[in-house]
Amino acid sequence: MGSSQSMSEEVRELVSKTGFSSDQIEQLHRRFKQLSGNQLTIRKENFNNIPDLELNPIRSKIIRAFFDNRNLRKAPNGLADEINFEDFLTIMSYFRPIETNMDEEQLEHCRKEKLRFLFHMYDSDSDGRITLEEYRNVVEELLSGNPHIEKESARSIADGAMMEAASVCVGQMQPDQVYEGITFDDFLKIWQGIDIETKMHVRFLNMETIALCH
Amino acid sequence: MPGPGFCGLSPLRVFPSVFVVAALLGLLPVLRSHGLQNTVTSKVSTMGLYIGPGEGDVTSAPPEVKQEVHPMTNHSGTPHMKTRKAFPVLGIDYPHVRTPFEVSLWILLACLMKLGFHVIPTISSIVPESCLLIVVGLLVGGLIKGVGESPPILESKIFFLFLLPPIILDAGYFLPLRPFTENLGTILIFAVVGTLWNAFFLGGLMYAVCLVGEPPINEIGLLDNLLFGSIISAVDPVAVLAVFEEIHINELLHILVFGESLLNDAVTVVLYHLFEEFAGIDHVTFFDIVLGFLSFFVVSLGGVFVGVVYGITAAFTSRFTSHIRVIEPLFVFLYSYMAYLSAELFHLSGIMALIASGVMMRPYVEANISHKSHTTIKYFLKMWSSISETLIFIFLGVSTVAGSHHWNWTFVISTLLFCLIARVLGVLGLTWFINKFRIVKLTPKDQFIIAYGGLRGAIAFSLGYLLDVTHFPMRELFLTAIITVIFFTVFVQGMTIRPLVDLLAVKKKQESKRSINEEIHTQFLDHLLTGIEDICGHYGHHHWKDKLNRFNKKYVKKCLIAGERSNEPQLIAFYHKMEMKQAIELVESGAMGKIPPAVSTVSMQNIHPKGLPSERILPALSKDKEEEIRKILRNNLQKTRQRLKSYNRHTLVADPFEEAWNQMLLRRQKVRQLEQKINNYLTVPAHKLDSPTMSRARIGSDPLAYEPKPDSENLPIITIDPASPQSPESVDLVNEELKGKDSVLEEEEDDDPGLMMHPKEPSSPGTDDVFTPGPGDSPSTQRMLRCLSDPGPRPEPGEGEPFIPKGQ
Repeated sequence: MGSSQSMSEEVRELVSKTGFSSDQIEQLHRRFKQLSGNQLTIRKENFNNIPDLELNPIRSKIIRAFFDNRNLRKAPNGLADEINFEDFLTIMSYFRPIETNMDEEQLEHCRKEKLRFLFHMYDSDSDGRITLEEYRNVVEELLSGNPHIEKESARSIADGAMMEAASVCVGQMQPDQVYEGITFDDFLKIWQGIDIETKMHVRFLNMETIALCH
Repeated sequence: MPGPGFCGLSPLRVFPSVFVVAALLGLLPVLRSHGLQNTVTSKVSTMGLYIGPGEGDVTSAPPEVKQEVHPMTNHSGTPHMKTRKAFPVLGIDYPHVRTPFEVSLWILLACLMKLGFHVIPTISSIVPESCLLIVVGLLVGGLIKGVGESPPILESKIFFLFLLPPIILDAGYFLPLRPFTENLGTILIFAVVGTLWNAFFLGGLMYAVCLVGEPPINEIGLLDNLLFGSIISAVDPVAVLAVFEEIHINELLHILVFGESLLNDAVTVVLYHLFEEFAGIDHVTFFDIVLGFLSFFVVSLGGVFVGVVYGITAAFTSRFTSHIRVIEPLFVFLYSYMAYLSAELFHLSGIMALIASGVMMRPYVEANISHKSHTTIKYFLKMWSSISETLIFIFLGVSTVAGSHHWNWTFVISTLLFCLIARVLGVLGLTWFINKFRIVKLTPKDQFIIAYGGLRGAIAFSLGYLLDVTHFPMRELFLTAIITVIFFTVFVQGMTIRPLVDLLAVKKKQESKRSINEEIHTQFLDHLLTGIEDICGHYGHHHWKDKLNRFNKKYVKKCLIAGERSNEPQLIAFYHKMEMKQAIELVESGAMGKIPPAVSTVSMQNIHPKGLPSERILPALSKDKEEEIRKILRNNLQKTRQRLKSYNRHTLVADPFEEAWNQMLLRRQKVRQLEQKINNYLTVPAHKLDSPTMSRARIGSDPLAYEPKPDSENLPIITIDPASPQSPESVDLVNEELKGKDSVLEEEEDDDPGLMMHPKEPSSPGTDDVFTPGPGDSPSTQRMLRCLSDPGPRPEPGEGEPFIPKGQ
């Protein structure tokens, strides 16, 4: 069939672009169609159909990350209104596991990309820094599942964390210095101890159990 | 009355060693009387030794002789009962205290040995402690044997009931759960399949060797060999712990080998009992094999079930212990021990029960018990497991000398060889299989370490010891072979693993202190991955973990955790834990600490158009509280060096004068401790700022308690200006200009003018101000904490002003 032939063309193109295997792309395409209701693009509203996602405290950030132009590699800031399948795959490719045959440079690149994705999730106003306010927002969202926790607790945690980040990244600071926010390099420094490349991945192939959306 | 033979000697000079050895000698009859050998003969022979004087100088001390003599006196002195003897002013009754006395002496010996090794650092850096302890055991055993006594052997009952549980409980209670569950599949495969492979491979090959062997060994049947294989194939947790703890290998490898050593207990128990039962039977039917297979599941799952039940009971009990904090640790220990004993009662896997109960009870118990109980549990467990380990290794050495051995070159050497080969082949084969399913593959280096880390230890020895000689005539041969393998693995592999790890540049454990940042990021990542999995429609690892957490939070925590803490989210609990740790460190440490890094932001003036200094309203202290603080601080003046971790939300000031800085912190800490309600130092915000460009990272901080100089205009004031939801917060953190302010210290001695408080204008409703001073207090009584902030280009107008009550 013509469509299948062109599909395999596209598939091959996607394989080379995103690094997924063709099986994975097939499965993700099926999921994409499920989410989009057989449309070509997905909008933010489509994500509301996933029941399990409702319980996630940071769901708004996750959904936003899908439309973030920085993650889609389209623009340095701003949000897209809708994404097509290729964009969907681009976002998903951030969660591919590392391969054993990667060398140091590729590993480093992979790590940086994953961390950059995370950074974009924290840095909501795209100014390249995670400010205290944004950090507070993150902690508040993390604790949003507990309704009786006061905002102050979230704030104090965020403040403490920010101070620690400042001390890690900048070290000694003079009293009149201002720590503007966590830049991406600082972010890398904070994450140095944690092996993000081994942690931030989703197994894409075992997707027989496809959760249904309503 | 036979005269006591005093082996004259200057006891003072060699008293310690004499004491020790005497203890050992005295212990022999006790240990033997536990069922090994003929008690009567031993007692008589022991006494016989003491009767004869002058045999071997160092061996008997005067008190011991006297003690031994006395029972003899009683025995032979029955006729004396009839005659009247003088009232004994000073009597000795050794049998009365014999058992605890000797047990204590053994433990004391173990402790002294441990002490000795750490005093001499050079040896302990090359040779792992376990090796040294075995050598000590060998020496002691040799000494006892040289005296003519037969040294005690490591009793299986004592080993399994008293020496092993503390080590396993310590391991289970502090098991790093996250890496364990992430690698559970791998660990299980290594434990179950690996051990089975080892046992059958070894047993089969040994049978082949026996068939072609010479008379002593060619009578060993297949089942006997399989039994032997199953005994020796299990990786030993004690040995693994002892060696791996010193080499600080990375977390993944550590948990793989260690987890394997823990979980293979079920397999070992099943195989052992299976083959022991079958040893008498000639023909093994298929039905028996099926039963054996079934019993594996019963043993392992049953053990886990028993552990979980006891764990939940312990957690539930700890919910109610808020009034009797002292016995909280006891509950933990007792329930765990009962779990172990109950499992052993039913021939289930005691080790798995112990691990399961520790893992199960820990999160809930830790939420319920006081901090002191937590410390107690930690230290007791470490202490007991440490001593157990030491005793086990010493006894291994002694038992080597003591036991009757039957050396057969073919058997022993082939055992050793096949053990190593089996281990290597097993690891290689299993890793090839496992790597198909793992995301983080195991590299050849990892495989080497896993194979090399398969140490055998005392469990194998004790299991071999339990064998009945009547059923297994070759028991001595087995024991000899087992001991040889143990020695080889512990000595050769234990000693060489450290240089090999360095040589192969295996990743070491990263000493990352747990920080609040890491916790936030980890949680964020967890939620993110769960979300992605949900979007993909993939019910993966994170999905189920999330579901479990939710279930835990909703139902289980409410049952098992007392009070409000049942609703506390993990992040908050973590933060409080860090704060607590921080506070305790601050108070307790007297050591010199580094100057903490200072974090600072712009001063208030940049964001306060109104110009009112936004300072915090500080809590009011009553006069006597204030006096108390002063007294404490004066007394604690010496403890000036404090360490401050930067994650703390407190203000950090780069202070060239450590004393003043630390004094500040100390005072603050004291104040905090006194003020119960202090939970959050962030007070009302100053101003709203809309423009995003002005939003900079402000850092909330705490006011520092600081001794103000009455004449100083430049005293910096640290203020906190938490933002309302719309505005950023600002904090001033300043270096106080303490040049030449050493007099600060002296001033502490004097009557310090107290702490001043600064008014703060609340600008947004609803923000919580924890400190609500009363309206009518005079400034002097209001003094509690002084905020330090940088006056900047112009002096702070707010200094010295009376307190303005917060208006809402």
